[in-house]
Amino acid sequence: MADLDDLKPGDEVPSEPPVWRSLGVVARWETLLLVLLGGTIAYGAAVSPYFLQSSNLFYICLNVGEIAIMALPLTLIVVTGEIDLSVASMLGLAGVLMAELFKHGWPIWPAMIAAVVLGAILGAVNGFLVTRIGLPSLAVTIGTLTLYRGIAQGILPTDTIGGFPANLANIGVVPIPGTHLPYSIAFFAVLAIVFAVVLHATPLGRAIFAIGAGQEAAFFAGIRVKRIKFWLFVLSGMLSGFAGVLWSLRFASARYDSGVGMELFVVTIVLLGGISIFGGRGTIAGVVVAVAVLGCLQTALTADLIPAQDQNIVVGGLLLASVIVPNARDLYRRARTRLRSAEARRHAAAAAQAEGQ
Amino acid sequence: MTTLAEEQKVAQPRASSHHVAELLFRFRELGIVLALVIVVGATTIDNHLFLSATSVQQLLSGAAIVALLAIGETIVVVTRNVDLSIGSVLGISAYAVGVLYRDHPHVPLLVVFLLALGIGAACGVVNGLIVTVARVPSLVVTLGTLYIIRGIDGAWAGGNQVNASMLPESFNKIGYGTVAGIPYLGIIAIVAVAIATYAMRTFRTARDFYAIGSDPAAARLAGIPVGPRVFLAFVLSGGIAGVAGAIWLSYFGSVDAIAGVGYEFQVIAAVVVGGVAIFGGSGTVLGAALGALLLNTINSALVVVNVSSFWSQAVAGALLVAAIAFDRLIALRVAPVLRTRRRARG
Repeated sequence: MADLDDLKPGDEVPSEPPVWRSLGVVARWETLLLVLLGGTIAYGAAVSPYFLQSSNLFYICLNVGEIAIMALPLTLIVVTGEIDLSVASMLGLAGVLMAELFKHGWPIWPAMIAAVVLGAILGAVNGFLVTRIGLPSLAVTIGTLTLYRGIAQGILPTDTIGGFPANLANIGVVPIPGTHLPYSIAFFAVLAIVFAVVLHATPLGRAIFAIGAGQEAAFFAGIRVKRIKFWLFVLSGMLSGFAGVLWSLRFASARYDSGVGMELFVVTIVLLGGISIFGGRGTIAGVVVAVAVLGCLQTALTADLIPAQDQNIVVGGLLLASVIVPNARDLYRRARTRLRSAEARRHAAAAAQAEGQ
Repeated sequence: MTTLAEEQKVAQPRASSHHVAELLFRFRELGIVLALVIVVGATTIDNHLFLSATSVQQLLSGAAIVALLAIGETIVVVTRNVDLSIGSVLGISAYAVGVLYRDHPHVPLLVVFLLALGIGAACGVVNGLIVTVARVPSLVVTLGTLYIIRGIDGAWAGGNQVNASMLPESFNKIGYGTVAGIPYLGIIAIVAVAIATYAMRTFRTARDFYAIGSDPAAARLAGIPVGPRVFLAFVLSGGIAGVAGAIWLSYFGSVDAIAGVGYEFQVIAAVVVGGVAIFGGSGTVLGAALGALLLNTINSALVVVNVSSFWSQAVAGALLVAAIAFDRLIALRVAPVLRTRRRARG
């Protein structure tokens, strides 16, 4: 795996020979991402003359705000080698709880806080099952993906709840005064800085990388593996709950199926951002660029009049590409080794035959 | 049953909680049947119509499709992988069959099922190739193909729908026909489960699946072609999902772009509830099929006891989580017993 260093950033131990390292700067995953971002923007500009106008920035950001917020804690979870597929369901359930409480006469602020707290509790359930009972996070979060969405559907099967106070509901649809940025992306920016500092400049961040690189080694190095993972799942739930609040305000209503299938986008951003699915590698910067790529891509596709259903093909393809491409060189080397060893065997067999005669 | 008696004799000196745990672990199918009896019994007491012929027929037919999909999913999960794309494969195959009938009403049944099988297997080939050649975790691959295949289905179908009136009577009959009171779908599922159970016990290739799931590295050292076997597992799963798509269409009678959305979660729940270890390496097709039947029965029972059917997804999720947690706890209790016994025998 050492030969992937130049493609998968975040590794602190340079194990490449110097030639590769200097090349590595060019071939870094983030560089590829920036090229991809440039390509996407060019595509958007070619499709619509309005794409490059500053007001369009608002819509690009608005589309990915909640997804981007949920991608941050998921990044840390994937770095530790786990996964959380239930984010979109937590978003939906938190939104439903907020709306239900509001409908039953709660003031909006306590209802919003309750939604975030509920998110944290849902995340804690995931974390408990993964760390204390020792279940694989994949299975747990597929289960809770179904369970949380199911509870949301049970509580609010067919109706939509809306009517939130106008000044708050506006948060979802107007930019921050004097800028072209929606509130959700401002939250994301602040959170991204916090996450970047924590992940890349604190002992906790190093511990998270250490867990992903080798869980057992990290444990013997005195890192509280289970505790850290547990709180990461709680964090993921909490921010998903927060994203649920923002989502409900943006659409001025809550439904049980808010954000169905959004885990595809969140996971795509994280993996496209260069976080290794096997854990231990990645940067927040990569995730931020991936957010930009996905935001621009979505808006550009929409401007190109491609329906949402078809956009899933593109996003799914992007997800596959972002896990296949880093493996491509590995793949090439394996194929070459196999060919060579086959050739060597043939030579050996021919030589043996010649000797026999 | 002699084996059961023997187990009990050997296990007798051990702590009784271990004993119970081991029985639960080893005879998972028995546990599910017991749960089925309890659910059916309790619901029937509440409403005696629950066991009426039509109700049971509907139950069997509904469970049959999930049970079919569960066969393929079991094969994949046993190899320590997962296939999230089966719902989408079912959807696109069902739509393809619908379109085939709409455009060529007199096409023979065999061709229809070959088409469904082919589409499903093609999707399985894509999944399998990416998983085995590019060595990407199956979770990510099939999450991607889940949306890609659904997207292709959506782009192809658009807002169109194929109705039962466009389908020939012989095809619709598969969905609702009965033999001696047993629906065709139930018979198809039972036969398929019987064949798969036999195959998974007997054939060497099938045993390879278990070996790979227990320990991929050891399987490789033992000379098992891990890549080709995992690839085969995905092709089988895709092919079965494709055929299930044709059957789905005959049961529901109409198909649009969202056919089979979310089936993957029901199926994975059924498989895990049925005792197939999510870590791979153990579990039976029969257990998975019984899991499907149990899930479907609980869903129908909910409606009968006046709980809104909107809660069915929550039930599936709760059962899934409970089943993996239960398995884990049992495994923690059973592992020491098995170890001590092996030492005693050795």
